[in-house]
Amino acid sequence: MNTYEPVIGLEVHVQLATKSKIFCACSTKFGSEPNANTCPICMGLPGTLPVLNEQALRLAMKVGLALNTTIAKRIKFDRKNYFYPDLPKAYQISQYDMPVCAHGGLTIQPESSGGITKQIGITRAHLEEDAGKLLHEGVKDGSWVDYNRAGIPLLEIVSEPDIRSPEEAYDYLTRLKAVLLYLEVSDCNMEEGSLRCDANVSLRPKGESQFGTKVEIKNLNSFKAVQKALQYEIERQTEALEQGEKIAQETRLWNDMQGKTISMRSKEHAHDYRYFPEPDLVPFTVTEKEIEAVRRALPELPQARKERFVKNFGLSDYDASVLVNDKVLGEYFENCVKEGANAKLACNWIQTDLLGALNERCLSFDQNPITPKHLAGMLALIENNTISGKIGKDVLPLMIDEKKTADQIVKEKNLVQVTDTKLLEDIAERVIAANPNPVEQYKSGKTQAIGFLVGQIMKETKGKANPKIVNEILQKKLS
Amino acid sequence: MSEKFNIDSLADLARIRLKKEEKAKLTNDLSKILGYVEALGQLNLEGIEPTTHVAKLENVFRADEVKPALVREEVLKHSPHREGNFFKVPKVIDQA
Repeated sequence: MNTYEPVIGLEVHVQLATKSKIFCACSTKFGSEPNANTCPICMGLPGTLPVLNEQALRLAMKVGLALNTTIAKRIKFDRKNYFYPDLPKAYQISQYDMPVCAHGGLTIQPESSGGITKQIGITRAHLEEDAGKLLHEGVKDGSWVDYNRAGIPLLEIVSEPDIRSPEEAYDYLTRLKAVLLYLEVSDCNMEEGSLRCDANVSLRPKGESQFGTKVEIKNLNSFKAVQKALQYEIERQTEALEQGEKIAQETRLWNDMQGKTISMRSKEHAHDYRYFPEPDLVPFTVTEKEIEAVRRALPELPQARKERFVKNFGLSDYDASVLVNDKVLGEYFENCVKEGANAKLACNWIQTDLLGALNERCLSFDQNPITPKHLAGMLALIENNTISGKIGKDVLPLMIDEKKTADQIVKEKNLVQVTDTKLLEDIAERVIAANPNPVEQYKSGKTQAIGFLVGQIMKETKGKANPKIVNEILQKKLS
Repeated sequence: MSEKFNIDSLADLARIRLKKEEKAKLTNDLSKILGYVEALGQLNLEGIEPTTHVAKLENVFRADEVKPALVREEVLKHSPHREGNFFKVPKVIDQA
């Protein structure tokens, strides 16, 4: 059945983190009153002149360099003409044939790939202004327009059609977002529209080099939605092709509630945007020196940080990936190590117990009350055998809930590990006497039966016995 | 008459309605204009970089600073339809 290969390309619009709009001095602040952040320029009134925000270009260059694209020496803007009420000028200032960045790539490594990396090409990334926002919900006989977003600087990052599965698409987006967050060029907040994604997908018979007819999917509000919409669309197109139908080149909207894509069937005027050079903006040249200055100022990026974590801390590729995909998480880990924590121990505890405990309490990682120093302190107690790892699992949530250090909790609750060999030997003897069956099993070769006996000793000591010592004592006594 | 453009789709793109006689006149005019501009096609432009702007200026930037314009009320006042601080337009929804 599975004889078709999906071909996927993604267009990501990212809002660049400037204070003012791309061509005027209006604020870019989210959540302002409707139309409060507007002026004659972004409203497109006659006689006004747009002027490029230098920070917008600088941020675009940062992204371009991080994605290994070539920064154009000469940059110009163009008008993309169409009528829509969210577009006050009836054209959008964008870039057509001379974008800021072209020909780059991003390395992906989906979880399902078994560690195999793949390069996804970046066709281009260009600067443009955002449009306004239309509101339909609850509006009687019409739509409302808020132009606060009109003129917000966007960078549209277009991938090559190199993506072959919804999982690869998801991984590409996750890694792209991580890069953008590392660069601090955007807050990448999808709910607020700072990061948006459209997907193009077509199918072709496996082994075929020609592309099939592509469908564009819009209204993708999360990376999971992108993945689900692509899955749906691949199934839909496969079925259609198997029944001998032709795929219509069209735009479809993802409906998250219904879990399907729906044809827009709008009277599209066969996209004729009549691009022409924007006469209100002069061209721009960027010198090699300027490009190099931006390149030198780039921070460490996720890929480099991952390799460093593997090399310096001996983490597995997978663990390092998880830590670096979230900038804050990676920094937290590194600070724990700086505070003296064992790297592997810290990595395990952060990924499982800490994230788990925060999750249970509906806390985001930003709200994590345990400082790196305090987590390192807790891990030190485990390492120097003051408490067992098992007790550690009880202490960590208390550190969140009671906002105390592990030291304080261990002292208050008297959780110090029992390492008193004499005491443990006494308990072991009692447990052996009371459980002849498991003892017999162990002696007849079922060595896993020792687990039950260890458990009994743990129970007697309320989990405070040092498991290593207990094991040694039991083995000695039963041999 | 002309194969270089389709007057109906041009009118459609410009959102204007044309009468039959207007179409004929505009088709004629536009053909003449295109013919006039086509004279440029006779030039040898090898090695010449395309002009993107006529002004001899480049790199005109503004610093990333916010200056509130405070014109919302003025602009909304001139809008044919408003509701609160929103502009109001005929229902535009692309969905099927």
